[in-house]
Amino acid sequence: MGYVLSNDGFEQVVQALSDKYRLFAPVRKKGMGRFTDIDVIMYDEVNHADEIELAQKSDYSFKEFLTPLSETLFYFTESQCREAELPDKPVLIFLRSCDMHAVRRLDQIYLDNGPEKDWFYLRRRNLVKFALIGCTESFENCFCASMGANKTEDGYEFSVELSDDGVRCDVAEASLEKLFQANALRPETFSPAFVTENKVKVEIPKKVPASILKDPLWDEYTTRCINCGRCNFVCPTCTCYTMQDVFYTDNGKVGERRRVGGSCMVDGYTNVAGGGQYRRTNGERMRFKVLHKIVDYRKRFGYDMCVGCGRCDDVCPEYISYTNIIKKVFDASADENKEVSDK
Amino acid sequence: MKNSHIPFSSKILDTIIHKDLKNPYIPFPSEILEVIKHTEKEYTFRMEFKGKCKPGQFFEVSMPKYGEAPISISGIGKNYVDLTIRKVGRVTDEVFEHYAGQTLLLRGPYGNGFDTDLYADGETVVVAGGTGVSPVRGVIEALSNMPNAKDKYVIAGFKSPSDMLFRDDLKRWADKLNLILTVDGAPEGYEGNIGLVTKYVADLPLRDPANCKAVVVGPPPMMRFTIIELQKKGFKDENITVSYERKMCCGLGKCGHCRVNDKYICLDGPVFNYIEAKEMMD
Repeated sequence: MGYVLSNDGFEQVVQALSDKYRLFAPVRKKGMGRFTDIDVIMYDEVNHADEIELAQKSDYSFKEFLTPLSETLFYFTESQCREAELPDKPVLIFLRSCDMHAVRRLDQIYLDNGPEKDWFYLRRRNLVKFALIGCTESFENCFCASMGANKTEDGYEFSVELSDDGVRCDVAEASLEKLFQANALRPETFSPAFVTENKVKVEIPKKVPASILKDPLWDEYTTRCINCGRCNFVCPTCTCYTMQDVFYTDNGKVGERRRVGGSCMVDGYTNVAGGGQYRRTNGERMRFKVLHKIVDYRKRFGYDMCVGCGRCDDVCPEYISYTNIIKKVFDASADENKEVSDK
Repeated sequence: MKNSHIPFSSKILDTIIHKDLKNPYIPFPSEILEVIKHTEKEYTFRMEFKGKCKPGQFFEVSMPKYGEAPISISGIGKNYVDLTIRKVGRVTDEVFEHYAGQTLLLRGPYGNGFDTDLYADGETVVVAGGTGVSPVRGVIEALSNMPNAKDKYVIAGFKSPSDMLFRDDLKRWADKLNLILTVDGAPEGYEGNIGLVTKYVADLPLRDPANCKAVVVGPPPMMRFTIIELQKKGFKDENITVSYERKMCCGLGKCGHCRVNDKYICLDGPVFNYIEAKEMMD
């Protein structure tokens, strides 16, 4: 059932929800962006409706709750080892359709790649429910429609999007109906807004030739890319992590094992003991990353990894366009795909 | 921001011993039964282990506060596994401070490992370089005990005579199968073979290279050139098996570091048929 709420009504709803859930939502941080006087929108815990940024796309993704940039797994004290604690209050994450689609990608890797489920991901995932932020417009660099991630029909407790009177919400979880009803201006039947067309469009090649691995198209990124890894850290589907043990300088008998966000663009990602390293140039690393998003992941799991949020293009300090790379890969694969369609 | 009361879930484990089998990241303690020194930098740690495992699989060896490192199984016994460790990284340096009677923490075994039955019939060649001998030691051991061991060839290459691993094994194997031991370089007066393993592939006196099976493990350039030599000699791609070394933080298909194209070395490998391996590019 759908409802129109005033801003005050929505505040009442958020207040009530925050008793039951820890709420994570995109929050605008004034002046904390990458340049002077530029804001950044990133995920944080909120307790009030007006903290939630509903008008713009977030620069960083929701994944930071499920896969924190740095997460302590164990504490070591002499011969003892203790699993790190996690607050067990349920969590509600506000996110857009592209990110909802990204959840499936995170689940795929952490819960369904190989025989073991990832314990530390699972214990967070089990706490999480979602609130969908409807997209009334497409933002800069979004190409969700091309990736089929523009629309989300289920998996959320309720949706929320800005409207003339405040917000409107589509409530999917029956137990929340009363709360919304009590704080609504009026009921209204509608489906969450979604984007049907983006300015940026890409076509994913169905098949790529083996020669793509050695194609000269990657060469320019060896010099253009500065392997800062920002594209990986903003990507809602990047899941790599690196184990890291630390011990405390004040007491060397005590320490912890963490996992920290990994980036296939950054030095050290493939280093093995003794100095071996696999992808040395940034061009090779770019190939590894891009082909994972649009080719290799699909080969393994049957659908594309990229959800078309465009955050990598938003964040790149060298103005490298990932969508442009996809276009180049598509062009380089023209013959291959022609054969496919001829058959 | 309102700081509501957060109830914490308490999952205190009084020791590191597996109380809850569900968390695959918790290592188990394993006693060091014996330490075998090969070179200044390479020791074999014989670790207490009673579970199932295969040559070519690996364990994550854990040194709390220093980290974890993937180490391949170099030998399997009734109550133990051998882990041959080279002192070249943060974790492995620390492991070398441990002696028989002490414990190390392990997770695993992980990976597919070698199927030694594949090499029972006909001629087989194992080409291994340096620490690449570790993962195939179990394969060579199996070959040396086969009734047709005369048809089995092993080319083992090391940097120099002082870098040789498994000296006692090498002597035993030399009596049972055709062992060609070579070093890249040696001080003057060294009487053994000198030269890269590739040189000795060409000279193998095989009856039927087209049906001969090969196992190749070692540093990437050594593997590349050895396979070229095998192909020149008439080996079929489908008869060649390789094993790959990559960075691995989990061994569970989650951390991503070991991925090559659509393959995870820790899950789908580290042992691959060359038909599959030749399509893989880092």
